[in-house]
Amino acid sequence: MKRLLSGDLPRSKVLAVILVLVFLGLVLAPFIFPGTRSLNVAAKVAVFILLVASYDLLLGYTGIVSFAHTMFFGIGGYGVGIAMAKMGSGWGSLLLGISTSLALSLAIALAIGLLSLRVRAIFFAMITLAVAAFFQILASQLSDFTGGEDGLTFRLPELLRGRLTAYYVVLAAATVLFLALLRVVNSPFGRVLLSIRENEFRSEAIGYRLVTYRTMANCLAALGATAAGVLYALWLRYTGPDTTLSFNIMIDILLMVVIGGMGTMYGPVLGATLFVVAQNYLQDLMKLASGATSGIPSFLQFVPQVLHPDRWLLWLGVLFIVCVYYFPSGIVGRLRR
Amino acid sequence: MSRHIPLVLIPLLALAALPLVGSVPTWVTLTVAGLAMGMMIFMMASGLTLVFGLMDVMNFAHGIFISVGAYGAATVLTRMGGQMQGGTLAGDLSVMLPAVAAAIALAAVMGWFFERVLIRPVYGDHLKQILITMGGLIVFEQLIHVVWGADMIPLPRPGAITGSFILGDAAIERYRVAAVVVGLVVFAAMWLVLNRTRIGLLVRAGVENPEMVESLGYRIRRLFVGVFVAGSGLAGLGGAMWAMYQEQVTPQMGMQVLVVVFIVVIIGGLGSVGGCFVGALLVGLMANYTGFLAPKLALGSNILLMVLVLLWRPRGLYPVGKA
Repeated sequence: MKRLLSGDLPRSKVLAVILVLVFLGLVLAPFIFPGTRSLNVAAKVAVFILLVASYDLLLGYTGIVSFAHTMFFGIGGYGVGIAMAKMGSGWGSLLLGISTSLALSLAIALAIGLLSLRVRAIFFAMITLAVAAFFQILASQLSDFTGGEDGLTFRLPELLRGRLTAYYVVLAAATVLFLALLRVVNSPFGRVLLSIRENEFRSEAIGYRLVTYRTMANCLAALGATAAGVLYALWLRYTGPDTTLSFNIMIDILLMVVIGGMGTMYGPVLGATLFVVAQNYLQDLMKLASGATSGIPSFLQFVPQVLHPDRWLLWLGVLFIVCVYYFPSGIVGRLRR
Repeated sequence: MSRHIPLVLIPLLALAALPLVGSVPTWVTLTVAGLAMGMMIFMMASGLTLVFGLMDVMNFAHGIFISVGAYGAATVLTRMGGQMQGGTLAGDLSVMLPAVAAAIALAAVMGWFFERVLIRPVYGDHLKQILITMGGLIVFEQLIHVVWGADMIPLPRPGAITGSFILGDAAIERYRVAAVVVGLVVFAAMWLVLNRTRIGLLVRAGVENPEMVESLGYRIRRLFVGVFVAGSGLAGLGGAMWAMYQEQVTPQMGMQVLVVVFIVVIIGGLGSVGGCFVGALLVGLMANYTGFLAPKLALGSNILLMVLVLLWRPRGLYPVGKA
């Protein structure tokens, strides 16, 4: 067990219990929460845990902010989508799609890193924002290729067509890749990343080249996001701008990683689970609250407005700001205290 | 000498586009449109770059000030729309000026609130600044939804500045000329304040070396709040003008423009107002020429421009001392 978690144990009983519950919940989801909707939620949780964990490698461990994470997520999704839609639903086109998208992500991550990470971290944040916006427009403009705003629907190889099989393939792949990320952050390489986050000047003085390590972290995170994109596309059997590239997903990822806890791989697990479940079920609750308050006096008219189900991001945004100020290590940090 | 090389780029770009566009009247129309767009982007970007230069804060929520300015102007314009029917210049101005004033005031008040409540606790920590300003962006974008609704608001443009006039064979929209004039006035005013007044002297000194200014007894904090509020107000003005240009307002517009604003700030060099001006004009011209020649590549061409500039000068056209 200790080997499996790369020696990075939860270090808190409550956290350990929650993690076990999340894992068991995901493994047993098809049996304890029957229904298409809950299976969709479970698959999305699994994919987003991987996506957010790979983002945490950048934000929490290396201390650099990227806004291009959804771009890599999208490259994974579109790689599979285009290959399957244009070349038929065989294993060959699936493998080709996966390998092409991984290679493309690696190349782009390397280029962005080498171009912008040598100057300052803030430069990197701005450039990734611009490049991601460009990519989003590219995907909607090249509509012959990407299906434009409608996206691409495709068929999977015979073996993956069953919902249950597909779910367990996604879950297994996400688990293995998550454990691999855990291995990376607890390796000597991960320690160097932490030292760069804490004090870049000293790390450089000891003899670690900042650009090299940051660029490597960027490439690894990009590969993780691409893999998550592949899995999500496999689950949905669809790829489109709203499920992968949209800036809203980038904001969701930021919320998940900060609320869950930056700088630990368990934060993304908690953040993604809470967020995705809330996204699907909290809105029902808010609808009730908004309806219940709609009869109040007119000078308080904004109350049902603010409680409107579409406004749930408002409250998560407030929670996000509170987290950054008072709990920089998020829920996991609180639990470990 | 090297300070003047980037200036040459603007006419160079315009001349290079002439044979590609082919016809002179079209080229004139496109150039005026590009300059107008550049001026509006400059108004939105100048506050951002100045704030970064002075206090090392990159505000990712700057787009909110742009949106709020646009909504402020839209509210006044739609409420007072009746007075515009006459179509006289005075009647139009009596609506336009309050609208623009409302945009600037609203954005400036929000800027003050933003600095005071959100950014003040996280000075000196880039990572937290980015995260906090992103959080502010999420919250305030949602608040815009609460106050003004999520739908697009169509914005009537006052009669005196709609339509176009003919110069030679080229049709030139009046609004674009107005935008260029306002942009030039703002740039000139900023240049005068920064280079000819005591406050400007302090701001420039603060960009170079804040500790030294502070040790001479000036409250750099107060100076910074002032610059932040002024920058937000300018973004509001830019947003209002951008909204009238597009003739519509959406909650996402600030964020959409912000990408271009970032490109401009990077091209100009983080913290440099002059660089921001040159960068904005380059981006505006580039966007209009490529929009005509190859519409699908419009934003891509700006990314290309940014990469080329960074390969030539890795820290932007006019790198500022400490950046």
